[in-house]
Amino acid sequence: MSGTATRAMRLLAGMSGRSIAAVKTPSRGVLAGLVLVGMAPQFLPEFYVTLLNYIGLYAMVALGLVLLTGVGGLTSFGQAAFVGLGAYTTAALTATADLPGWLAWAGGSAWLALLIGLALTALVAVVLGSMTLRLSGHYLPLGTIAWGISLYFLFGTMDFLGGHTGLSGIPPIEVFGVPLDEGREIYYLIWAFLLLAMLTTRNLLDSREGRAIRALKGGMVMAESMGVDTSRSRMIIFVVAALHAAASGWLYAHMQRFVNPTPFGLSTGIEYLFMAVVGGAGSVWGALIGAGVITIMKQWLQDVLPALFGASGNFEAIVFGVMMVLILHRARDGLWALIARCLPASRATVALDPSAAPLPHRTQPSRGEVILEAREVTRRFGGLVANDRMSLQVRAGEILALIGPNGAGKSTMFNQLSGVDTPSAGDVLFRGRSIAGLAARDIARLGMSRTFQHVRLLPGMSVVENVALGAHRRGSCGVLPAAWRLDRDEEARLLAEAARQLERVGLAEQMHEEAGSLALGQQRILEIARALAADPCVLLLDEPAAGLRLLEKQALGQLLRKLRAEGMAILLVEHDMDFVMGLVDRVVVMEFGQKIAEGLPDEVQRDPAVLAAYLGDVQ
Amino acid sequence: MNPLNPPVLEVRNLSVAYGKVEALTRANLRVGEGQIVTVIGPNGAGKSTMLSAIIGLLRSHGQVCFDGRVAVSPEVERMVDGGMSLVPEKRELFGEMSVEDNLLLGAFHRYRSGERNYREPMAQVFALFPRLQERRRQRAATLSGGERQMLAIGRALMGKPRLLMLDEPSLGLAPLITREIFRIVADLRSTGVSILLVEQNARAALAVADYAYVLETGSVVMEGPAARLRHDPRVLDTYLGLGGKHQDMLAS
Amino acid sequence: MDLQIALLIGQDGVTSGAIYALLALALVLVFAVTRAIYIPQGEYVAYGALTLATLQSGALPATLWLLMGAGLAVTVIDGVAAIRKRDGRAWGATLGWNVAYPAVLVLTLSALSPAQLPMALQILLTLAIVVPIGPMIYRLAYQPVAEASVLVLLIVSVAVHVVLVGLGLLFFGAEGSRTAPLWDASFAVGWMTVSGQQICVLAASAALIVGLYLFFEKTLYGKALRATAINRNGARLMGFSPVFAGRLTFLLAAFIGTLSGVLIAPVTTVYYDTGFLIGLKGFVAAIVGGLASYPLAAAGALIVGLLESFASFWASAYKEAIVFTLIIPVLMWRSLHSHGIDEEA
Repeated sequence: MSGTATRAMRLLAGMSGRSIAAVKTPSRGVLAGLVLVGMAPQFLPEFYVTLLNYIGLYAMVALGLVLLTGVGGLTSFGQAAFVGLGAYTTAALTATADLPGWLAWAGGSAWLALLIGLALTALVAVVLGSMTLRLSGHYLPLGTIAWGISLYFLFGTMDFLGGHTGLSGIPPIEVFGVPLDEGREIYYLIWAFLLLAMLTTRNLLDSREGRAIRALKGGMVMAESMGVDTSRSRMIIFVVAALHAAASGWLYAHMQRFVNPTPFGLSTGIEYLFMAVVGGAGSVWGALIGAGVITIMKQWLQDVLPALFGASGNFEAIVFGVMMVLILHRARDGLWALIARCLPASRATVALDPSAAPLPHRTQPSRGEVILEAREVTRRFGGLVANDRMSLQVRAGEILALIGPNGAGKSTMFNQLSGVDTPSAGDVLFRGRSIAGLAARDIARLGMSRTFQHVRLLPGMSVVENVALGAHRRGSCGVLPAAWRLDRDEEARLLAEAARQLERVGLAEQMHEEAGSLALGQQRILEIARALAADPCVLLLDEPAAGLRLLEKQALGQLLRKLRAEGMAILLVEHDMDFVMGLVDRVVVMEFGQKIAEGLPDEVQRDPAVLAAYLGDVQ
Repeated sequence: MNPLNPPVLEVRNLSVAYGKVEALTRANLRVGEGQIVTVIGPNGAGKSTMLSAIIGLLRSHGQVCFDGRVAVSPEVERMVDGGMSLVPEKRELFGEMSVEDNLLLGAFHRYRSGERNYREPMAQVFALFPRLQERRRQRAATLSGGERQMLAIGRALMGKPRLLMLDEPSLGLAPLITREIFRIVADLRSTGVSILLVEQNARAALAVADYAYVLETGSVVMEGPAARLRHDPRVLDTYLGLGGKHQDMLAS
Repeated sequence: MDLQIALLIGQDGVTSGAIYALLALALVLVFAVTRAIYIPQGEYVAYGALTLATLQSGALPATLWLLMGAGLAVTVIDGVAAIRKRDGRAWGATLGWNVAYPAVLVLTLSALSPAQLPMALQILLTLAIVVPIGPMIYRLAYQPVAEASVLVLLIVSVAVHVVLVGLGLLFFGAEGSRTAPLWDASFAVGWMTVSGQQICVLAASAALIVGLYLFFEKTLYGKALRATAINRNGARLMGFSPVFAGRLTFLLAAFIGTLSGVLIAPVTTVYYDTGFLIGLKGFVAAIVGGLASYPLAAAGALIVGLLESFASFWASAYKEAIVFTLIIPVLMWRSLHSHGIDEEA
């Protein structure tokens, strides 16, 4: 038992925001905190134990919102309804004397009711999510508002749920035959649940699925190009957040031994969101701090304000609302970020195991084989023809440059080739197979990998984790193995692969730094490493030299030469002629959406049409 | 330093950074009364950044003196009210509104300060771009690339600016239309408006301008009367990235 | 149910649909110009109705104190900025709108006995008190985060909603109120009876919609607001600042909300928190239009109004649940028509 406990503590100690937002955490503080949590019921009066019970329950819900809002950039006002779903499921199953025959099997056991409640919640969340998650981000919260209100009204009107008076007579939870019918007893269960939730959340974020989840906020286009199904990742966090809420509701019902609709309304849903934002939606600790601060303040304000205003009512909401606005104006990362700034830093680094077995490779094509081919690609936007019957071929072991003056249609062409956009006419072939119309993530899976004109990486995440995102499709472990650390073998292989690619591009020394702290040149190299981690047979580079200093350009050129020598096919879109001319094998020049020249760099440079395109017509 | 005339615009030590990347480094520039000044340089040199910073769309360091008033990191609304107008690289038209409405909005800041006569400037714009008059009821989104550029310039002229800044007016336009646009830019000189022209198309820009600055990786690397720079082989180098051996070939 | 009952219910539905349409238009407008999902829109409805009711009872409505308090806060924030820039004119304007105007209003109201005033003047005073709160809220809560993500703006909206509902309880108590009828008459049209109240609501809604249409189509300020919604940067380059656009939008939204409150107050008992549910029904309608299309939003509002009144006839206990469940097919339909990855999430 004690061994497991220390291990849990050590894991929790590592649960700084590092995995979420690179916030610092003192491990000794966590240790002391855990001891304090364990001892609390022994010396605190009943009132405070109850308060701590509530904080634990609320923090569990807020934790789900941290995942959803702080990490995923989504939000929900309907978490209280999920709490209600968990609470009412167990209330109906354990407190109803005569369940209908078809449900009789489910009655009586609180633990069985927990499982049923979680299953029901997951089902509702999946349905709700599948309707809103494909739309822009603000439809989910609007959907959850509507869902929160509807469910609240249903709780209040359904007779078998007791209407507005609710259901009473809920039995206590039994653990190994011991009923937890005192606040001091269920306290341990609540906090065990909370710590477990924090632990599994942290584990999840520190995994293959977790990296995809952390890419949701500001990195979705990039993640899709790395083969990540971002809709799926959004669904995962929405369901996980809902499950946290339902578990909290289950505990709540058995603590109160009574449920009615009031605590599951929209205003409570909003309060949960306040907890996450006030505490700091970027960190698992924010959930705890937020739940603590709001719960304690509420207790206090409910005493003070009605006396102050000479009327009764939920006036604390005014204070919370103003506080929220101020926090969003002044300290958007919440209280935890403010606290963390004052704490000594202890950044854990990702552990790498160089002995991990390498990931399987795809069979690379032989040198000279046509990898990527555009055939008469035309793209129209309304009356504008951005690409007009463009054809080109990229072969294994060569670098092809697509150049042209600004506005010539290079970026549009790049989008046609990389699957971001679909041609109006013509075809794009990848190793002989048409890929026009395929999603970016499916093209990534086939073996095409790209970088971005404006570097797209996750600045708060370490370099090696950023690169590991590129290898997403080469792993397969899902959410549950990640939460319970059953994915470590695969994870080690993914990280080792990322480290290998970083060595290949010469960025090994920066492996554990935050990606955002790198110079622009290094960030571009990082993007190439990330693209290589996908084990591609063609690299598409969108203006890789833009904004680089001379030395950085030289380093980049060397790297590309090396990759070419290894047999890689490389297509680059560039306007930096200096960079292109000394490096590439062939050049395709575009102007007004058309190909105006193709050939060796020296030939193209002397071509009068090219000179005119770049310098303008001689008038 | 461009010596001619009292300056309408004088920029001193203007720097702009995107995060850690400095896009413009201590640039100095002057535009005289009634002058056409051009800033040329390869793509990515920081030309658009410079214009955005001058009008206040981007935060900057350094001074921008416009019409005798000094500003540090200026505010867009104030600069526009003061008579500065920018035709941005992306045109930024109001696509779902008619050509006429787009033009009217160009006169918004004058309308707000009580000057409500828009017929006369609109007649001038239509005289300059007859094509716009033909299409005045059409939605801006349906215009061709050249017409869009005309509308963007016309919209800017509706505000009767003292300084007109044009960001890559030839971008994506066919040679014939580019020539047309540059002819109009040259004609505008007679109306007394000063023009700051940012261009990648160096030959066309140098042909029309009085004075020119060459920008490379965020710094002014060369400046002088346009007529002189037009024959300076070093200008070609900055564009084509031609070092050493190719230079002779191009010079011949 | 016979035809006559159906018509009666339909009439009711159209009347509430007209109100939802107004709110939906305001929501679409606010979202288009500022990207804020304006959850507090419904609060103006409650504030408008309850302010009018308070005036009719002869007391000074507490919304006046909110106007003064918010005005003072704006003055402090903007005043400091104006003094720093040594901008005397800006300082004067700030002082005038945020301190002098509320003060004059308080003095006027104290001098008059509002209960004795004619209805039209009471309504005018209600608008004069509640509507200016809109731009003040924009200044205090939204302007500092105007460039933030839709998500942050949404959370700000929810916070502002919570504050306004809390203040509503403080100002007006938990009791609901009704106001005197706008027009106490009824007319027989065929087999239908149309009440003066219904005519007022429909006429006012129609007038407002036409007025808004003319504002957006015919005036330069209206066009500038549309331009901001289409292209913020372009509008800025014309000298139309996003801050001004935001304040103007919030002024319009507050006007629409307050007027809606005045219109429903004679037939519905309005409580301090009634506005929220009404506003949300406006949202369901606005979502039908994808938060972008005014005509679709108005059509959606009629559907919501009709659905609600038929639902309250057949299954009144499930009325709210049914109306909000409407959002599900709407979202599914929108979801099927969406494609691509939206980075702004």
